[in-house]
Amino acid sequence: MGTGGAPSMRVLREALTASGTELTTVAMRRVDPSARGSVLDVLKECGIRVLPNTAGCFTAGEAVLTAKLAREALGTSWVKLEVIADEHTLLPDPIELAEAAEQLVDDGFTVLPYTSDDPVLARRLEQIGCAAVMPLGSPIGSGLGIRNPHNIELIVERAGVPVILDAGLGTASDAALAMELGCDAVLLATAVTRAQSPARMAAAMRHAVEAGRLARTAGRIPRRRLAQASSPFEGLATGG
Amino acid sequence: MKIMVNGEPREVPDGTSVAEAVASVTAAGSGVAAALNDEVVRRSAWDDTPLRESDRLEVLTAVQGG
Repeated sequence: MGTGGAPSMRVLREALTASGTELTTVAMRRVDPSARGSVLDVLKECGIRVLPNTAGCFTAGEAVLTAKLAREALGTSWVKLEVIADEHTLLPDPIELAEAAEQLVDDGFTVLPYTSDDPVLARRLEQIGCAAVMPLGSPIGSGLGIRNPHNIELIVERAGVPVILDAGLGTASDAALAMELGCDAVLLATAVTRAQSPARMAAAMRHAVEAGRLARTAGRIPRRRLAQASSPFEGLATGG
Repeated sequence: MKIMVNGEPREVPDGTSVAEAVASVTAAGSGVAAALNDEVVRRSAWDDTPLRESDRLEVLTAVQGG
């Protein structure tokens, strides 16, 4: 679960705890001398590992510098790599993303790229050496859920690294669907932090992820065009 | 001499180090990183890295996001 969008540190702490997450994203920004309380203090109290991101970067150069600053500040070489194309859609810029991923992998980072739901790009990111691929369900913060389940399935089928559904989830059923499609995890923030009850939605997400994973491993029934009776026709009382 | 710290112009004495400039914007002992003219300066080198006229220093930390 990410930390973006929570109205207060108290609400964030409650939501993170309820979600059961062991890893959470933070953004890197200029220090604000007037800031009171640090998100890092909350994460330390909760015992949750930090995953810095490069949110807000528009070029490979910006993202690489931000990742290096994060490594220096937080002592982790893990990075959620985000390189967006514009502020309107927040969609990834695939060319800048691949370029940044290549540089960071070469520099020893564990790169977790936020990517579009394009199976070809996901494959390329894996070939570059990314440790996972994180396709979006729909645009960040939109709550539109998974707009292209078919593409997510294609990514899952071909991936040799974990697939983490990132962005666009709106409610628990979206998280369950991601897991049913075969994703290894989901990454979400807005659906929880901007819910009316963040802690309750966080708990719902935790259960949904578990349910979706169970359903995936249980093996769903094939879809059929017509009905298939679950009760035998033999032995029916005919009244004659 | 004049430098930029987090996008803001500042007048500092000649010989001011990265460590001193960072200390002017945050007292945090950890969780902070600095870039001088787009190059990361390791914390261990802050004391020994002097600033020069027109240098751009960025001092970043983690905030809620993502």
